[in-house]
Amino acid sequence: MSFIKNLLNIFSDQNDAKKINRIATKFAALKSQNRKALIPFITAGDPNPEVTVLLMHQLVQSGADIIELGVPFSDPMADGPTIQRSSERALKHHVSLHDVLHMVSEFRKTDSTTPVVLMGYANPVEALGYAAFAAKAKDCGVDGILIVDYPPEESAEWVQCLEQQEIDAIFLLSPTTPQARIEQVAKMARGYVYYVSLKGVTGASHLDLQDVSAMLAQLRQYIALPIGVGFGIRDGATAKAVAGLADAVVVGSRIIEEIEKSPEAELLGNVGNLIGTLRKAIDEN
Amino acid sequence: MSAYDLPNKEGHFGPYGGIFVAETLISALEDLRKQYEFYRDDPEFKAEFAYELKHYVGRPSPIYHAKRWSEHLGGAQILLKREDLNHTGAHKINNTIGQALLARRMGKKRVIAETGAGQHGVASATVAARYGMECVVYMGSEDVKRQATNVYRMKLLGATVVPVESGSRTLKDALNEAMRDWVTNVEDTFYIIGTVAGPHPYPMMVRDFQAIIGNEAKVQMQEDFNRQPDALIACVGGGSNAIGLFYPYIDDTNVRLIGVEAAGKGIDTHQHAATLSTGKPGVLHGNRTYLIQDENGQIIETHSISAGLDYPGVGPEHAWLKDCGRAEYVSITDDEALEAFHTLCRYEGIMPALESSHALAYAAKYAPTLSKDKLLLVNLSGRGDKDMATVAQMSGLTL
Repeated sequence: MSFIKNLLNIFSDQNDAKKINRIATKFAALKSQNRKALIPFITAGDPNPEVTVLLMHQLVQSGADIIELGVPFSDPMADGPTIQRSSERALKHHVSLHDVLHMVSEFRKTDSTTPVVLMGYANPVEALGYAAFAAKAKDCGVDGILIVDYPPEESAEWVQCLEQQEIDAIFLLSPTTPQARIEQVAKMARGYVYYVSLKGVTGASHLDLQDVSAMLAQLRQYIALPIGVGFGIRDGATAKAVAGLADAVVVGSRIIEEIEKSPEAELLGNVGNLIGTLRKAIDEN
Repeated sequence: MSAYDLPNKEGHFGPYGGIFVAETLISALEDLRKQYEFYRDDPEFKAEFAYELKHYVGRPSPIYHAKRWSEHLGGAQILLKREDLNHTGAHKINNTIGQALLARRMGKKRVIAETGAGQHGVASATVAARYGMECVVYMGSEDVKRQATNVYRMKLLGATVVPVESGSRTLKDALNEAMRDWVTNVEDTFYIIGTVAGPHPYPMMVRDFQAIIGNEAKVQMQEDFNRQPDALIACVGGGSNAIGLFYPYIDDTNVRLIGVEAAGKGIDTHQHAATLSTGKPGVLHGNRTYLIQDENGQIIETHSISAGLDYPGVGPEHAWLKDCGRAEYVSITDDEALEAFHTLCRYEGIMPALESSHALAYAAKYAPTLSKDKLLLVNLSGRGDKDMATVAQMSGLTL
């Protein structure tokens, strides 16, 4: 029975992949339920490569809508110490971009609907090549890609490769992004836009909700896509508050901390509980 | 042939350079670019920069004809551009003064810097003291251990030295950490990058400030030798002293430009920092350039006896000069550099920095293949006092 179900999944997945955009489908479904998306970030291969696919399923089971999967890099310039350490743990296991893609295809074997967005730095992509990476990512079931150090200025060819494969190019916006660039990003971005709610690196504190609210109002004048807010979301209260303003809540460092402090046997359970708490808080809106 | 005019307005040198940074840094870089493009043509800024270089740094640095060493080598004449005689003992101060003057005009009260060997950190701490600014220097914790004297020097100058514990705990990680500080404190902070790397406009701006080296050399060569040299030789880590000497000569195609990278224990080992000789193009620290990386695009730890060359990237303009064939890049091992260090001490009474010793070692190989009327101008980018402990250790001594 489960064999047939798997077979059907794979079959429908192959068909869906050509037509249906999982990210747009997800946001449309959430909108119809008047709910906000919860987008957890984990680093592929942290704390070891074996746990990642299990962890992805756990995230979904506990209430995640979209998964941002970090591609480990030796020099994660835009990340704070927590996510840097997660990258270092993954790299101890030599987790490569190929390995990350393989994890996504493993995940897809039993989950054909949850969108997966890869997030990482330019150089592993440069090493593989734009077109080769985009094609392989499509084959493996990746829905969106955010390369932190490919700003719109340097992205024309890259975005073209993603478009050819119908993969969403996710872009960042920050509190310091001027209006002209917001318009530029609005033209290039697909899927959703990720608003970094703080100056600084990932894992920083101090989230000023009034600032976020004002900036989102400005962004929405130009951007029709859903807007996710990340940086500084640490608990149910901040998640709930941000969900009141944005279309999606992105949580990274707080989850990595949970992974970091959990004994291996309790890792899935602890992360699941955290996601459950965040989910509940977000749905209270 | 049209005059060399790079980078273009997007900061590209051919396929290299650019602004490969997260969105959070874009507006700061845009602001810096606009301010720099204004002030670089501002007569008052130019006059103050020139005044500081003359009276504070002690420029122009002379060109010295190393006659005894040239005779010993038995070929071309070796001339040394004496950047080691600058205040703080290296070319680094040319750039830190330029950036500090810009920081003041931009109203920034705090400067940050990354450093490997400590030379750029010292040069940054020096100008911060000179202009009354707060200074924080990021330095890999491994380098903090290896360069204790320079750490103390920075502290004496009033700077805070922050040891960086992430990654390989060396220069590249210090650069990552300085970027993180900048992104967090961008409103009151100016990031003084020490070499011709990083996102646009840094490679262009640092080059322009260092171009004083080549501009002086052109005039001095004409005055002292009535002609220009046959080749310029300079060491390349990030490549700021080399580009400073090369840049004014790029259109003078009868002058060979030779960059010397650190081959460490040999370029066939994994312990070297010869980026242009062995690396592949990629993206790191805000620009596209050659990088020492593995097949998955992870950056590999490098090795060189000289901390100033121990960097897995290289300035994007060097990447372009290599690809278009205008400059050549060679490499020199730790042992060869060390031998040149000792030779210059003994033959000329000049103690070169280990970084500069790489350029000297290549000159020592190259000169004997040329006739005695040829002129090689070597950039003696820094003095070697800072390296005495390393040299002693290599000779089996402890100071």
